[in-house]
Amino acid sequence: MKINYCDALVIGGGLAGLRAAVAAQTKGLNTIVLSLVPVKRSHSAAAQGGMQASLGNSKMSQGDNEDLHFADTVKGSDWGCDQDVARMFVNTAPKAIRELAGWGVPWTRIREGSREAVINAKKTTITEDANVHGLITSRDFGGTKKWRTCYTADATGHTMLFGVANEALKHNVDIRDRKEAISLIHEGGRCYGAIVRDLITGELEAYVAKGTCIATGGYGRVFKQTTNAVICEGIGAAIALETGIATLGNMEAVQFHPTPIVPSGILLTEGCRGDGGILRDVDGHRFMPDYEPEKKELASRDVVSRRMIEHIRNGKGVPSPYGDHIWLDISILGREHIEKNLRDVQEICQIFNGIDPADEGKKGWAPVLPMQHYSMGGIRTKPTGESQKLNGLFACGEASCWDMHGFNRLGGNSVSETVVAGMIIGNYFADYCLENDITIATATVQKALDSQDTYLDEILAYEGSEDIFKIKNRMQNLMDSNVGIFRDGPKLTAAVVELEELLKKTKQITVKSKERCGNPELEEAYRVPKMLKVALCVAKGGRERTESRGAHYREDFLKRDDANWLNRTLTSWPDANATQPTITYEDLDIMSMEMPPAFRGYGAKGMIIEHDLSAKRQAEVDEITEKMEAEGKDRFEIQAALLNYDLPMNYKDKNERVGVK
Amino acid sequence: MSYEKGREITISVLKFNPRSAVSKPHFVDYKLEETPGMTLFIALMYIRENLDPDLSFDFVCRAGICGSCGMVVNGKPALGCRTLIANYPEGKLQLMPMPAFELIKDLSINTGKWMDDMSKRVESWIHTNEVVDNSKLEEKVDPDIADETFELDRCIECGICVASCGTKLMRPDFVGPVGLNRVARFEVDPHDNRTAEDMYELIGDDDGIFGCMSLLACEDHCPKHLPLQNKIAYLRRKLVALR
Repeated sequence: MKINYCDALVIGGGLAGLRAAVAAQTKGLNTIVLSLVPVKRSHSAAAQGGMQASLGNSKMSQGDNEDLHFADTVKGSDWGCDQDVARMFVNTAPKAIRELAGWGVPWTRIREGSREAVINAKKTTITEDANVHGLITSRDFGGTKKWRTCYTADATGHTMLFGVANEALKHNVDIRDRKEAISLIHEGGRCYGAIVRDLITGELEAYVAKGTCIATGGYGRVFKQTTNAVICEGIGAAIALETGIATLGNMEAVQFHPTPIVPSGILLTEGCRGDGGILRDVDGHRFMPDYEPEKKELASRDVVSRRMIEHIRNGKGVPSPYGDHIWLDISILGREHIEKNLRDVQEICQIFNGIDPADEGKKGWAPVLPMQHYSMGGIRTKPTGESQKLNGLFACGEASCWDMHGFNRLGGNSVSETVVAGMIIGNYFADYCLENDITIATATVQKALDSQDTYLDEILAYEGSEDIFKIKNRMQNLMDSNVGIFRDGPKLTAAVVELEELLKKTKQITVKSKERCGNPELEEAYRVPKMLKVALCVAKGGRERTESRGAHYREDFLKRDDANWLNRTLTSWPDANATQPTITYEDLDIMSMEMPPAFRGYGAKGMIIEHDLSAKRQAEVDEITEKMEAEGKDRFEIQAALLNYDLPMNYKDKNERVGVK
Repeated sequence: MSYEKGREITISVLKFNPRSAVSKPHFVDYKLEETPGMTLFIALMYIRENLDPDLSFDFVCRAGICGSCGMVVNGKPALGCRTLIANYPEGKLQLMPMPAFELIKDLSINTGKWMDDMSKRVESWIHTNEVVDNSKLEEKVDPDIADETFELDRCIECGICVASCGTKLMRPDFVGPVGLNRVARFEVDPHDNRTAEDMYELIGDDDGIFGCMSLLACEDHCPKHLPLQNKIAYLRRKLVALR
């Protein structure tokens, strides 16, 4: 048996995992990162539009600060997020972006003087002052009060990922790619590392560590129509689930992005709309202002996606061989802007659809349709990033339910979360590894490895008539049709029942090649059952949640029900032979919220079943705020009185801004 | 909705598993029906799911962003995900793994290991001794310089430039266009304090900037259209002065 020992084990080499690894390595820990693919190919690279941080440098972001970013994030989440975590996040984000600048991310900078911009489909002139020339600029994104999304053209995730990966190389982090963690080693409620399969040789190895941090991204590929990379299969969340101890949070909270291109599902960034692009229907009519007079195309993603489908259902979709779609028109931004700031978007349209979006008029319109995009759910953690149930297991980034996104994530908050969580959780994770030694018998490790070895042999010995690829495709289509943007009880129940059947069928397959290495079908055969367990958590959690909140929209329960559902869904899988997860709930405490539940400011009005305590807490918040304002206290003191939170390092320091003392 | 039947296409793939005692390199032809907008990503996934579950290849983003799927298509290196079948009027595509990299199996190659070594060799990170307080305003950067850095930072390490490179054939340790571009990128970046002398230490030899024969297949095939020709020429002029 090959055992690799290290202090800190990070599973997943995207932005969150790499940043956490840098945190651990710089605290003197021997740190190993495992990744399915070369780390610079991680799905973080696909983030196009940008990273939210309230720098407040540019004209349209003046006056921005942590308080506004916090409020936008909480409203975006439809009050599902953990407000402590949202506060930790917004205070660290400006530091994260400045750190990345120092690591070589070439953020697009402010140029003094006047420039043309398109706002609400009208040409507008914006003039930047000389004193901000050369500072980091920002663009508009959905659901935000200010222009807060910092970017490098439309390749933001790519430049961030290269910056952080290069920094990890500089610090000599031991990065090992084409390694897949297929189960966690745990005993007595404590995680000791993972059993890992080498994707080149097929060999199984054990990795033993004082702490293990999962940063494997989301589970978008349990759906068919998704913007996610093919590696985003939720295996990280699944191996945590399969411990039977760790819990997953809010798995039914799945985001659908408004503008992937049809039919390939490749994302066209929210920056298209942030920069002034608009949505048109079959008649060329700009319909979003009819539904959302205030935020229009820039309401939150859940709202825009639903309005698009609603409009298609009203007979206004554009027919195509792939079903009805909507048009995205960025031609109104002008060729110069597109070729500088939306170049990847232009290339995607040209290569995959033969459209040049800079062409004026209908010729340049791109066909778009909402598709799965982001997983708000994931491994449920404490604010430190450690699992609530399994000691020594941490999670960060999209793989986690930390939980700063609640039931809907704002555009630009996801790449931002990756590095911010990498910084914060990475530090807590490192401290945990420094403070906690382990003693584990090699027999325990051997047993964990043998059990996976036996399992793979079992799979190769199956002699059934089912086909693992067909099972996977059926799962994905089922998730699209029954667990998508519009959900209801009967569809969700049917999904749960059929997913259980599919899970059973995964043992009735035949894997044609019996090789243990270089065998893609074998890989599907051990991954798909894990994906089905994740899908079951999504479908069952969705079926039980009889309300509509954020991206979880029930046509049979249209209102957000704070009275009964202001809680987080926790799924676990205590019985390995079960075909359904166990569900419990974790209540959100209104009386400790800085922002008690209210109307988001976009989406349909009058659709909330209020909780009694919301008004009570709001009165309390108002009273404290008024009193402290009268006493001349500043916004920091008032904030601290409403909600107190901790941060490691200097992350709690005030963020300096231009023209603000 | 009914479709017109697509034409039958043939995709011929070089299969070989170097880890198997019995495997020998050989071509396998797969015949399938073309669907509208079909890319090599869609075609190869179809083949794996329906015709040959043993076929190995690498895709991640399938959108031309991650650089995983470089392969030789009818003799030229290209990203599989961006290769539209419709652009091949003969309906015949021959696929081979890219040369210059360690073969894993079939079309799957170890570009990650190569790029990792390259990154370490050119010290592909910001060199600075400055300790920055990130709660303070960031250092200002001229917007043009930031844009210029970004242009060169768009490289996705797909390896197509290396697979296209004549010099790499003659000099196995050649740092490759990707490595030279990386040096050019840090040379522009105002955050990096390295001098031309420092860069000379890294690439001032025939396995570096002086090895390039200017055949320029790298720039011809680069899916990101990086200005490799200009940047290599610029670096050479700059570094030859230090010789």
